[in-house]
Amino acid sequence: MDRNPKISIRDFNFFFDKKQVIFDLNLDISKNEIFAVFGPAGSGITTLLRALNRLVEMTSDAKAQGEILLDGKSIYSENMNVTDLRRKVGMVFDVPTPLPISIFENIVYGPRLSGIRNKSELNDIAEKALREAALWDDVKDRLNIAAMSLSGGQQQRLCIARVLALKPEVVLLDRPCSGLDPISTAKIEESLIQLKKQFTIIIAPHNIQQAARISDRAAFMLLGHLIEEGTNEDIFVKANKDSRTNDYITGRFG
Amino acid sequence: MALALSSISALALITIFIIIQGAPIITEVGMFNFIFGMTWAPSQGEFGIFPMIVGSAAVTVGAVLVGVPIGICCAIFLSEFAPVSVRNFFRPAIQLLAGIPSVVYGFWGLLFIVPFIREHLGGPGLSILAASIILGIMILPTIISISEVSLLSLPRQYKEGALALGMTQWQAIRYVQLPAAKSGIVAAIVLGLGRAMGETMAVIMIVGNSVALPQSILDPVRTLTTNIGIEMGYAAGEHRQALFATGIVLFIVIMILNATAQYITRRK
Repeated sequence: MDRNPKISIRDFNFFFDKKQVIFDLNLDISKNEIFAVFGPAGSGITTLLRALNRLVEMTSDAKAQGEILLDGKSIYSENMNVTDLRRKVGMVFDVPTPLPISIFENIVYGPRLSGIRNKSELNDIAEKALREAALWDDVKDRLNIAAMSLSGGQQQRLCIARVLALKPEVVLLDRPCSGLDPISTAKIEESLIQLKKQFTIIIAPHNIQQAARISDRAAFMLLGHLIEEGTNEDIFVKANKDSRTNDYITGRFG
Repeated sequence: MALALSSISALALITIFIIIQGAPIITEVGMFNFIFGMTWAPSQGEFGIFPMIVGSAAVTVGAVLVGVPIGICCAIFLSEFAPVSVRNFFRPAIQLLAGIPSVVYGFWGLLFIVPFIREHLGGPGLSILAASIILGIMILPTIISISEVSLLSLPRQYKEGALALGMTQWQAIRYVQLPAAKSGIVAAIVLGLGRAMGETMAVIMIVGNSVALPQSILDPVRTLTTNIGIEMGYAAGEHRQALFATGIVLFIVIMILNATAQYITRRK
């Protein structure tokens, strides 16, 4: 058990209007690990990820109860600045979401808003982020073309690069490979494994195989309840403690 | 099919009619003299509409300066910030604004705006400024509804992506959503331009209608539409043809504006 978890979720409940979507969740996520949260659709996984950077507040009637601590500080407290939080906890969505501007501008947008104006510094940030996201070789000669003209896989890696350029501490990935071909998926997974040296990564994988391939630890959620959590080996190799986890992993439902 | 064609044929008939009626005087006076002539004196056979072109342009630009900032802010408020209940109240209210007869706008302008300008800013009150304010209000429904729709139709991901990058809501609107909705907003402005330029009744009542190049926004002017509206009742012969020719000019300008708006929206 990690005594100093990066993120600590305590007795967390979440409601949309009167409908409860997350029930009494307790989870610790350590620094520099890839933590996979998986389960069938409608298990509250997307909501959980969005609760971690408070993006979920954009939905009206959303209500959180309980605590989420980032480095021991409650992210739902009054004096937490949401903008700062979202810079520390970056997010990549299931659909690639490049902004309708050039590749370069997509990446330097965030850094520029945080006050970096120096052109060569921005160039360095863009190159580093693109390298980390394994996109540099694809686009280094055409950084000024529209981001929308890239392929789906490239767009998604661009979105990852864009988050990395903000130097976040935690990266949330919500089914980042759901619309991608196997080669793009493999590239993204490779870069994630490299990236965990610098960041804490929480991923909702688009299938169980992905969770098994890249996660250090994993949690299985069902209808808003945490059913089981453990190391990659506990969950995917050994016999599961809970039969429902086993049923899901072996494909008996879901 | 026949009914559908009838609406197109109405357009064709109107076009042909005003061209047949108006073209002879343009060839007689000469295109250049007609458009750039400074004197409008139908009884002496002088047909120069340049002051009215300037008047139309001034009033239209003024209307845009008044209406566009208010309209876009309102669209942003409705699409981004307003709670559903407020939105449900505002939308029909704004649509209602479009349903007020233009003569009522003119009357209201004459009773309130014109005296206000005369007392506080000087001049006769009947002025470019008065017409700009009234037209600015009249084009609000067009600008608000089209801008709002184009903001609402943006993929949700633009906003979420921007927020997830640590932008504030304002930054997301300013740097991501407005640029992305640009084509719709520009189309809204161009349609507003067309509406402002084509409006007649309200403008006749408050713009002063004197045929002269204005020196300031407090001066009265005459626009292309009001020229036709005022004089058609008693015009005959060449005078009448010249009014139709004014119509041709107006028709072409508004056609260009509408075509531009359609081109911009389609390019998206």
